[in-house]
Amino acid sequence: MNERVAPTRTASFEARLQKRYAAERRFKAIGLGAILFSVAVLLFLLATMTLNGIGGFQRVEMDVPIDFTQAGIAADPTMMAQPGAVNSLQAQGLPEVVSFYASQALGEEAAAEIGPDAWRDVAAAIIADPSILRETVTFSLPTSADLASGYSGEGSAEMQALAQKLNDEGKLAKNFDPGFLGRSDATNPQQVGIWGALKGSMLTMLVTLLMAFPIGVLAALYLEEYAPRNRWTDLIEVSINNLAAVPSIIFGLLGLAVFLTLFPSYRSAPLIGGMTLALMTMPVIVISGRNAIKAVPPSIRDGALAIGASPVQVVFHHVLPLALPGILTGTIIGMARALGETAPLLMIGMRAFVATPPDGLTSPATVLPVQIFLWSDEIDRGFVERTSAAIIVLLLFLLVMNGLAIYLRNKFEKKW
Amino acid sequence: MSPTILLLLAIGLGLAGWLAARARAWTFRRASPDGRISSLPTYHAWYVALWVTLPVLAFIALWSAVSPGLITQSVLADPAAAELPAFGFQRDALLNEARNVATGTAPAVFNPKATVLIQPYRDAISFYGSIGIAATLVIAFLGGAWAFLRLKPDFAARTKVERIVMAILLGASLVAILTTLGILASLVFETVRFFGMVSPIDFLFGTHWGPDPMARAAAVDGSRYGAIPLFWGTIFIGAIIAMIVAIPLGLMSAIYLTQYAAPRLRAWIKPALEILAGVPTVVYGYFAALTIAPAIRDMALAVGVSNPSSESALAAGLVMGVMIIPFVSSMADDSIAAVPQAMRDGSLAMGATTSETIRRVLVPAALPGIVAGIMLAISRAIGETMIVVMAASTAANLTANPLEAMTTVTVQIVAMLTGEGSFDHPATLSAFALGFVLFMVTLGLNFVALRVVKRFREAYE
Repeated sequence: MNERVAPTRTASFEARLQKRYAAERRFKAIGLGAILFSVAVLLFLLATMTLNGIGGFQRVEMDVPIDFTQAGIAADPTMMAQPGAVNSLQAQGLPEVVSFYASQALGEEAAAEIGPDAWRDVAAAIIADPSILRETVTFSLPTSADLASGYSGEGSAEMQALAQKLNDEGKLAKNFDPGFLGRSDATNPQQVGIWGALKGSMLTMLVTLLMAFPIGVLAALYLEEYAPRNRWTDLIEVSINNLAAVPSIIFGLLGLAVFLTLFPSYRSAPLIGGMTLALMTMPVIVISGRNAIKAVPPSIRDGALAIGASPVQVVFHHVLPLALPGILTGTIIGMARALGETAPLLMIGMRAFVATPPDGLTSPATVLPVQIFLWSDEIDRGFVERTSAAIIVLLLFLLVMNGLAIYLRNKFEKKW
Repeated sequence: MSPTILLLLAIGLGLAGWLAARARAWTFRRASPDGRISSLPTYHAWYVALWVTLPVLAFIALWSAVSPGLITQSVLADPAAAELPAFGFQRDALLNEARNVATGTAPAVFNPKATVLIQPYRDAISFYGSIGIAATLVIAFLGGAWAFLRLKPDFAARTKVERIVMAILLGASLVAILTTLGILASLVFETVRFFGMVSPIDFLFGTHWGPDPMARAAAVDGSRYGAIPLFWGTIFIGAIIAMIVAIPLGLMSAIYLTQYAAPRLRAWIKPALEILAGVPTVVYGYFAALTIAPAIRDMALAVGVSNPSSESALAAGLVMGVMIIPFVSSMADDSIAAVPQAMRDGSLAMGATTSETIRRVLVPAALPGIVAGIMLAISRAIGETMIVVMAASTAANLTANPLEAMTTVTVQIVAMLTGEGSFDHPATLSAFALGFVLFMVTLGLNFVALRVVKRFREAYE
């Protein structure tokens, strides 16, 4: 023991101190470990989704050259601009033409595994540019789901062998599939896309925003600026705080029992979904809005009142503009939550198979999270990659929204 | 007639009223000797615009709820509708098809029987559409004229407008109460109907859950509606397994972030935790079902458990716990931050190490807030739906083995309401009874937790 230490520092004291310091280090390490665990899980989740999802943006295709000069398909540009163009091409035998050239290029066995709807891709190309009917064009056509899983080394032995053979001949390839972002739901994982679900999500979010934002902001203004302290105000506050914590599935039950009873013909329409989500988002906007309004210093209100503004003018000319960035931040966060919400929409029937993008607020639609849920239930292995790809798209949207909220918060946050 | 056109009409009419009233107020202003009138012209304008728009909006809301019924009625009154089947699915399908063709959403009818109904539909739609437009115009004109005639140089337009604005504000804040009442009413109503068929005692204390949506609704077997296994599964997954993960990790994360972490590290870690909290539950569910559940099954097989379930309660509970970590962490963060700095400084000044201060002073002082946070976390976990729908099972099992399949209240709500059963069947109605129980439990947890948090904050203020 060193002599310069104080007399209280006996050997047993030193030993105790060492133990206490060790406990301190252990405690700190456990804390760091807890955080690292959370971060590791987050990274693992993102990595799993990305690795699975990259394949979802691709599909297995075979190259088929089609000589349209010999095919006898006619298409005048005016008719191609009309909605029935696909049907007219089908009536002219485009599917047969496609399978004929496929068997010429690839052999009978492989041509049978061209996806049953592959001719629609050809039809879309013709409609986009009818002049290709005067030349020979090579299309990359999607294969059937069976051959695609054979390509990934799964599925039946014959398909694996066929995929191996075609691959060796260089006729089969897995290519980037931009159409994934442009198509809608289908039964064949090779043919699915997320545009329909994405559009449904956007329409639903539009309804949610248009309903929840005005109601939420006005309610926040009333509660924070005007409400007298009485039992009614307390009741409003209690119900808002409770609504913010009610499980989302309960809102689905509400939508089912109230909205679908009032509007039975709008089942699985974005209008009903948006209304249900608006009720869920409104309390979030009220709570964050009240905090933003509370942060505006009283001197601003006093100054405006002192030069003769009425209480309504004080709020709408001064308090609201100053609180708006904070309110918008809360709104975006609430909307991001609504965008990822699945359970209430399942309740009100937005889980139907919808093969065309919705063209209005009242047409049947599905939304991105529900589409993810539906695909995750599919047995076909091809859907695993597609599901992960859809999850990546959803997460990107949420990232952009949250990034926007953080940007707004940092840019407009004021310290008074 | 779609409500969109009526809405646009309402906005257009309101704008017209606004412009006309402002012009009128300006003439007052120019005519008055000192160039002043009692309110600014804009307030006159808003006064008229609100009197035009608000009654019209109320009418549109009412009309869009009533008019589809009126259209169907008039189509059914048409002689062509006499051929329809008396009721049931086919009748609705025919009517739907004819309506879709008449409104232009579908190119042609699939069923030839619907063809005769197209023309009556077109007639009815255009008839009621014109009535809607005419009524909109009349209401807008009456409201606008009444308001416009009241404009005078000494008319207190601002006071009137502000009174309307206050009424709108109050109305907006009442939406929250209406929503709560709507939830309560719909749950209670359907639950009472359910308890008319199945006795509450069977439901709350029975230990066998296996409703058969295909069974005849008249002869209900109450012994198949025992919800105890569901309650147990919910508590086991949400309040036990998930909390075993979330409480220590969330609490330690909060402690490390508030007491140890350098500001730069905190600037990185906090957003990461926020991302973890912002991941949609359907993604967690997919992650649990695709990655965690098979891994747990393989692990159980490796240590020699015979026949573990691939939809084990453990997988759902673990992932749910991870989802709750940020929530517990931010609640604990708030409560620890609310403990006065003097208490921490005092403990450190006495020679305690940081960890001793945290364990002996900060955490005990913040305990009420932390406990309240945990209660909120539990209420969120038991109401969570997608993770358990995707990763847990639909088979009701009353067991304490985390490797077995288990089901929860939320899973059964989804299963009962997305199945084939009709809306009057006890199996479907049981979803509402389960929802009611869930609502009351989460309400109770939230209520107590918010009370505790409030009392706790006041204690240190």
